[in-house]
Amino acid sequence: MAVVALKNVGKQYPGAASLAVEDFNLTTHDGEFIVLVGPSGCGKTTTMRMIAGLEEHTQGTIEIGGRDVTGVVPKDRDIAMVFQSYALYPHMSVRDNMAFSLKLKKYAKADINKRVEDAAEVLGITPLLDRKPRALSGGQRQRVALGRAIVRQPQVFLMDEPLSNLDAKLRVDMRAEITKLHRKLGVTTFYVTHDQTEAMTMGQRIAVMKDGVVQQIDSPNNLYQQPANVFVGGFIGTPAMNFLDAAVANGTATGPDFSLALDAARREVAGTRERLHVGIRPEHLHLAGNEADAQSLKGEVEVVEPLGALTMIQVRVGDTKVTAQIEPHQQVEMGDTVALTCAADKLYLFDTESQDTLIGIDSGVADQPAA
Amino acid sequence: MPNDRDLLLASTITHDTETARAAARREKARRAPAKWLLAPAVIFLLVWMIVPLAMTGYYSFRNYNLMMPSITGWAGWTNYKILWGDPTFWSALGVTLLIVVVCLAVTVGLGLALALLFHRNFVGRGVARTLAVAPFFVMPVVTGLIWKNMLFHPAYGLLAWLFRTLGFEPIDWLAQFPLASIITMISWEWTPFAMLVLLTGLQSLPEDQLEAVRLDGANKWHEFRHIVIPHLGQVLYVVVMLESIFFLTSFAEIYTTTSGGPGTASTNLPYYIFQGTFVQYDIGVSSAAAIGAVILANIFAIFLIRFVAGNLNAGEAR
Repeated sequence: MAVVALKNVGKQYPGAASLAVEDFNLTTHDGEFIVLVGPSGCGKTTTMRMIAGLEEHTQGTIEIGGRDVTGVVPKDRDIAMVFQSYALYPHMSVRDNMAFSLKLKKYAKADINKRVEDAAEVLGITPLLDRKPRALSGGQRQRVALGRAIVRQPQVFLMDEPLSNLDAKLRVDMRAEITKLHRKLGVTTFYVTHDQTEAMTMGQRIAVMKDGVVQQIDSPNNLYQQPANVFVGGFIGTPAMNFLDAAVANGTATGPDFSLALDAARREVAGTRERLHVGIRPEHLHLAGNEADAQSLKGEVEVVEPLGALTMIQVRVGDTKVTAQIEPHQQVEMGDTVALTCAADKLYLFDTESQDTLIGIDSGVADQPAA
Repeated sequence: MPNDRDLLLASTITHDTETARAAARREKARRAPAKWLLAPAVIFLLVWMIVPLAMTGYYSFRNYNLMMPSITGWAGWTNYKILWGDPTFWSALGVTLLIVVVCLAVTVGLGLALALLFHRNFVGRGVARTLAVAPFFVMPVVTGLIWKNMLFHPAYGLLAWLFRTLGFEPIDWLAQFPLASIITMISWEWTPFAMLVLLTGLQSLPEDQLEAVRLDGANKWHEFRHIVIPHLGQVLYVVVMLESIFFLTSFAEIYTTTSGGPGTASTNLPYYIFQGTFVQYDIGVSSAAAIGAVILANIFAIFLIRFVAGNLNAGEAR
């Protein structure tokens, strides 16, 4: 268990025009679960590989447990990594796979057996110990890969998209199991994923990355309520936030087929701006009644997706597609013209130029301040 | 009296059997031309493999010496007895095995070393790799002549020149170390093959396994011993099997250089059979020796390869 500190860490690949990772700053708490999330090519895996020592960082310093690990080879960093492809050793049994690192460190045989069996017990793979990886299912291989990491009792766990090769149901199960395992072992963990649901459900803090640059590092709720910019707002949350380009006049944001009144707080941050990006999450949009509402978006329903517990509809407002989440009992047909409404305090406002957030939403849920 | 339900059931069953029969008919109709299309390949195999093998077996039990055409008829086990009592046959057998085993060791060892070298990135790798592979494209007869006249020759050879330049007496390699010379030539020819196949094997090794083992605390030797070698198991198996088959039948390199000599020092089984047939004209005894060679090849195919496969069981790991 250890604190990992990344200070101004950057990575320049030889011959590359721009930095793969730029000025990454993050200091973990002891035993924290950090998720690195972003679209492919955003530098999240590179960042993890730099912590592992599989890639050299070219700028800044990385400290693990207070020790600068620049130039330290991977095996001396006291970390364990779970690979996306699991990278199990195909010719070794599950037991040997898990025991391999301990054998290399010349642990006593009894000690190795105990550790392997304890880990197998925790992961529920004791009956599989004498099988070869090829005789295991995807989920079982995943557990073995985790087992190989935990027998080491390392200071830091690194997990590189460990669930992406599993089917949807298993992924949800393993997600919960990894979270439980982390709580049990309390080891500082870095977890890379491109799936924002995984990030939100697992991370204590989430670092959202784009094009090698960290956009925001914060708790899941803060990312949802107070995204740093348009990118984070759109990346976090499913279905994604709707964005409308609006003109501001007389405390009202308007555009083709929509008109949204701003409350006092939003009028204040809007200031003298004439244009704004308005962000509305699908779950904050409701079907409006017949009464003409000042707070409304009008358009034709293009897609209706009943999901059972709720229904998603896509409405064309002006030339923007807006997704709204409605109750399943509200009968809406494709081709209907509907009016949607949103509470004034659920509007996100972004600066048109810088794309930075002017104001987020306040859910009333008390959240621990971001460290 | 059957009710409606039974009738319905019965008709379904008849219907089902009818579809099954139709399917069988279609299957049969599909298979008929397949037989004819396969026939040329099967006939080819019969003519070129089974027939010569059967004829060799037949001759090995006949009195059949071109120098003594009057003696014919069944020989019983005589040809085999002659063979059994011929010390040259046994020495040829020994030479054959020695060539196979030593050449295997040299080509696989050197091939692996070169494959590891060429797996790394360095300037001019493409050119160097092409040059390293070149010997494999030289015909065995040409290999023999190049080595005999340009490298091993005691007067004009490169090695002789090298020795004289350094102030030593030149060595007549083919006369003094005939077997070592032949093993050198064959290994020179076949190392590129081993290298190429092993290099392909190395290139198919997933990078993340090496990274995993590095994080697990392995040094270079551990990586090689616990990941690279097991991964190469299946490929090694192919190399050993193919090379064994070719080394067992080495002939051109011997024919063009030592002619099996001095004496019978470099006579292997193929060369022994050749001499029996085309020098002594004893078809019967040579056929018996050929059957011996077939048995030897099969022993190799079964035992050696099983042994290799058993030791490097990575084959079953994938």
